[in-house]
Amino acid sequence: MHTVFCDVAVIGAGPAGLAAAIAAKQEGAANVLLIERDTAPGGILQQCIHPGFGLQLFREELTGPEYAGRFVKEAREAGVELLSDTMVLSIGEDHILTCANPEKGLVEIHPGAIVLAMGCRERTRANIRIPGERPAGVYTAGTAQRLINRQNAMVGRRVVILGSGDIGMIMARRMTLEGAKVEAVVELLPYLAGLTRNRVQCLDDFDIPLLLSHTVTAIEGKRRVEAVRIAQVDQQRRPIPETERTIPCDTLLLSVGLIPENELTRAAGIEMDSITNGPSVDQRMETSRPGIFACGNVVHVNDLVDNVTAESRTAGACAARYALGTLPRGQALGVAHGSGVRYVCPQRLDAAAGGKAALYFRVAAPGGKTVLTARCGETILARRTVPRVSPGEMCRLDIDTAHLTAPVTVEAQEVEA
Amino acid sequence: MYQADVVIVGAGVVGCAIARELSRYDLQVLVVDKRDDVGGDASKSNSSIAITGFDCPPGSLEARLCHETRARFDHVTKELDVPFRVCGALMPAITPEQMERLPAIYDEAMANGVTDVVYLTPEEILAKEPEINPAVLGGLYIPREAVIDPFLYVVALAENAAANGVKFLLRCEVTGMTVENGAITAVETTQGTIRTKYVINAAGLYGDEIARMAGEEIDYTVKPRKGQFFILDRSTPCKTEAVIYPIPTPTSRGKLLLQTVHGNMLLGPTAEDGEDKTDHSTTAEELAGIERDCRQLVPNIRVSDTITQYSGLRPNRTPAGFHIAFGEKTAGYFEVGGVRSTGVSCSLGIARYVADQFRAAGVELREKEDFSPIRRGIPRFAGADNEKREQLLAEDPLYGRIICRCETVTEAEIVQAIHRDPPATTVDAVKRRLRAGMGRCQGGFCGPKVMEILSRELGIPMEQVEKNLPGSYLTTGPVRGGKEDA
Amino acid sequence: MSKSITCTRCPMGCALTVEEAGGILAVTGNGCPQGEEYGRSEYICPVRTLTTTVLVTGGAEPLLPVRTDRPIPKAMLFDCMELVRSMSVAAPVSAGQVLLENIAGTGANLIACADR
Repeated sequence: MHTVFCDVAVIGAGPAGLAAAIAAKQEGAANVLLIERDTAPGGILQQCIHPGFGLQLFREELTGPEYAGRFVKEAREAGVELLSDTMVLSIGEDHILTCANPEKGLVEIHPGAIVLAMGCRERTRANIRIPGERPAGVYTAGTAQRLINRQNAMVGRRVVILGSGDIGMIMARRMTLEGAKVEAVVELLPYLAGLTRNRVQCLDDFDIPLLLSHTVTAIEGKRRVEAVRIAQVDQQRRPIPETERTIPCDTLLLSVGLIPENELTRAAGIEMDSITNGPSVDQRMETSRPGIFACGNVVHVNDLVDNVTAESRTAGACAARYALGTLPRGQALGVAHGSGVRYVCPQRLDAAAGGKAALYFRVAAPGGKTVLTARCGETILARRTVPRVSPGEMCRLDIDTAHLTAPVTVEAQEVEA
Repeated sequence: MYQADVVIVGAGVVGCAIARELSRYDLQVLVVDKRDDVGGDASKSNSSIAITGFDCPPGSLEARLCHETRARFDHVTKELDVPFRVCGALMPAITPEQMERLPAIYDEAMANGVTDVVYLTPEEILAKEPEINPAVLGGLYIPREAVIDPFLYVVALAENAAANGVKFLLRCEVTGMTVENGAITAVETTQGTIRTKYVINAAGLYGDEIARMAGEEIDYTVKPRKGQFFILDRSTPCKTEAVIYPIPTPTSRGKLLLQTVHGNMLLGPTAEDGEDKTDHSTTAEELAGIERDCRQLVPNIRVSDTITQYSGLRPNRTPAGFHIAFGEKTAGYFEVGGVRSTGVSCSLGIARYVADQFRAAGVELREKEDFSPIRRGIPRFAGADNEKREQLLAEDPLYGRIICRCETVTEAEIVQAIHRDPPATTVDAVKRRLRAGMGRCQGGFCGPKVMEILSRELGIPMEQVEKNLPGSYLTTGPVRGGKEDA
Repeated sequence: MSKSITCTRCPMGCALTVEEAGGILAVTGNGCPQGEEYGRSEYICPVRTLTTTVLVTGGAEPLLPVRTDRPIPKAMLFDCMELVRSMSVAAPVSAGQVLLENIAGTGANLIACADR
């Protein structure tokens, strides 16, 4: 078996893995190995050919391939070693990774520390139990995006999209530009799941109807999709039968949520957060298994790649320090999601780390003017008022962790509708 | 124009089991099926149980053939390299009324020769299966009930038959038959005429239509009985080892739970009588009914972990019961009808029974010297130890490229499946053989890659790659550089 | 004349109203000066960056992601798509490379977004 030793092994060369690998190198890790199952680095950004990336980080608007390209170049220049076309099969004792590669065969990697950056996958038709026939022509939006943008294969001509997530809206525009007719974007919730700018630029620009509080009640067609039935839903999100109608189409795209891809993580016995479906981490992005870090959508699904890059840099740098033996370890303090907050990441803080920590969180429901608070008992650690909140848009509070001795709670309180 | 001694219509489990049985003899056997792949309808979409037949109608042909099949399964699944697990079954009674039904079921089992069925106390039941409803009052244990991969079983039967000389014609629909002087002489198909002496009708749901083509009088009906199922993610926390059967009511056998050979929980089926032989739709109401009924047996079952829902259509013949015999009118015509729910469980028995009937009718069945009952599956990367993996990688580097990450299926395995006989030529055919796309992402990641591999290996453009049946195209043409742009 | 516009300059998504009276534009509903500017330009001539793909020959992948190097009038998106559809470039191509100058007379160049 081919054996490789390194300081830090990063699993996944998407935006999270690339940023983590670069940061690990910058932090002083001599050998950083980036393992990627695709034949090229960049991850999902390779198929995200639309603009909107890098506004926070680079103060300019880039496409996915351009954003990824900058990091690929930086990683190469920093001396990160890329092992592509390689799938990690398992994480064993002592952080040993077993991988498969068509040219090298089985590869055993012995790293000092690991960064998990496998990203996420899409929720499927079955996850949301759409009844009806099972013909060809039902795709998750990301799968359709890959076929159209990377594999040069058009998926259909007349389309209904379920879910107003960003990928769904972006695919509505993409397919329209390629000559397809997008009949409607159907959203179960009474509000938009993705970003407002995507509604404007992807739907409104092309007069694509957005049907809020609607769902797909059945798929018709024995071999290829021939139509979908849709209906309005009541407040309990149950279809109202008398509102049901049929939309002829040959394709149904689903943009109904993302789930962190944590098969390896679970198999490695790492503690998981049942809300995020990712590993619970501290502010250094370290999981419950010392020396195994995680970042990006494998931890929690982000809406902006810029946030992914930021937390991935932390993960990479801390992994390097772990491998070099310079990462301090102190008491672990919990971070709880209080009223109005669905989850907070990180889920715990290491008191010895010191310095600032960014708390990323999502609110439970959309709201107007809202006060966001992070507190430790009665002590307010951070407080910020924002004019508007939505579960689709990540919130952030920065706290000083220097003298923390007790768990932290994050709350969101709407003060003005 | 094809020439055969025997044409088998239908490549479901019954047709393929008969094909394998007849491949022992010096006969030219041809199997035709209108689908893209072997596995039929009911044969691939069922509960995956190889039953002992404890609850078959005592004294029936079905009971006898089921008994024979189960007795041979342990051995034959090894010959054919098919996943098979003897997991046993529990039939818990939750209500006093259900308790009252147990003695009749027990007596039936004894009458069917399944003499190892025993009564269990609530404590014994809960010790075996802690997830069963704690309100359980008692129940039966059927130790030799087993689960199988029903689809791989059909593939294995077909591959073994093919290796022994049987020819498979897929996407080949029977359109008529030529009867001369009261005897069959040819089968007309969408792929041309097949001259033959015998036709075996194993067309299941379409058995009545084939019989009519052969000029037989039809004194029965065949209608679809739909069964809907849930499959849960392997990682779901609440699982059982044994099959959990409900106590049947006079009108329904009810919905069961089991763990498949691949570790997924399966829930179902419904039993909905319909008219449309192509209606495979699932419905919100019936799926909710499965969830509700299964919770009665296993309260903590987590249906929210579902990774797929589907339905299969059993051929429901009226009057019911196995009808396996030569035709009444047309010489050379043989019918296998009435196999509704126990096709897999009775397959081996049916196949031998058919051969016996042929022999009894004076057909010469001369054993071939070179018949081999052994079939090996595609060597699997998932589950292999590192030594085996190294060996596979040395033989074919494509074992190092994982295409389906949920089920760890490599490119090497997919390429092999495409080039076997009978071949996997569609995305679903690959999926059923290898489980690529059967995991939690349901082909989200691997689907496009499998399409590309099919396109490459079959030498067809992407837009000709289909999901399953003809017309189930997946893509409509190139985005750039296609004909429209030229 | 008045028009409702959702501002996309930041994730806030302010609901703007642009009113025209006597050749003068008045923007209301904006939360910041950027919103006013956005409202004006959206009213006069909405512009968008076009992102799509072109066929690439001789590379490892069949498609090359491309975009206009500056926003183009929204009304020109489909005209530009027509031009892009008939294009084909040969590898090697590097990110940032200009593939088509002044696409459809918009003043914007079509550039490669990745290496091929």
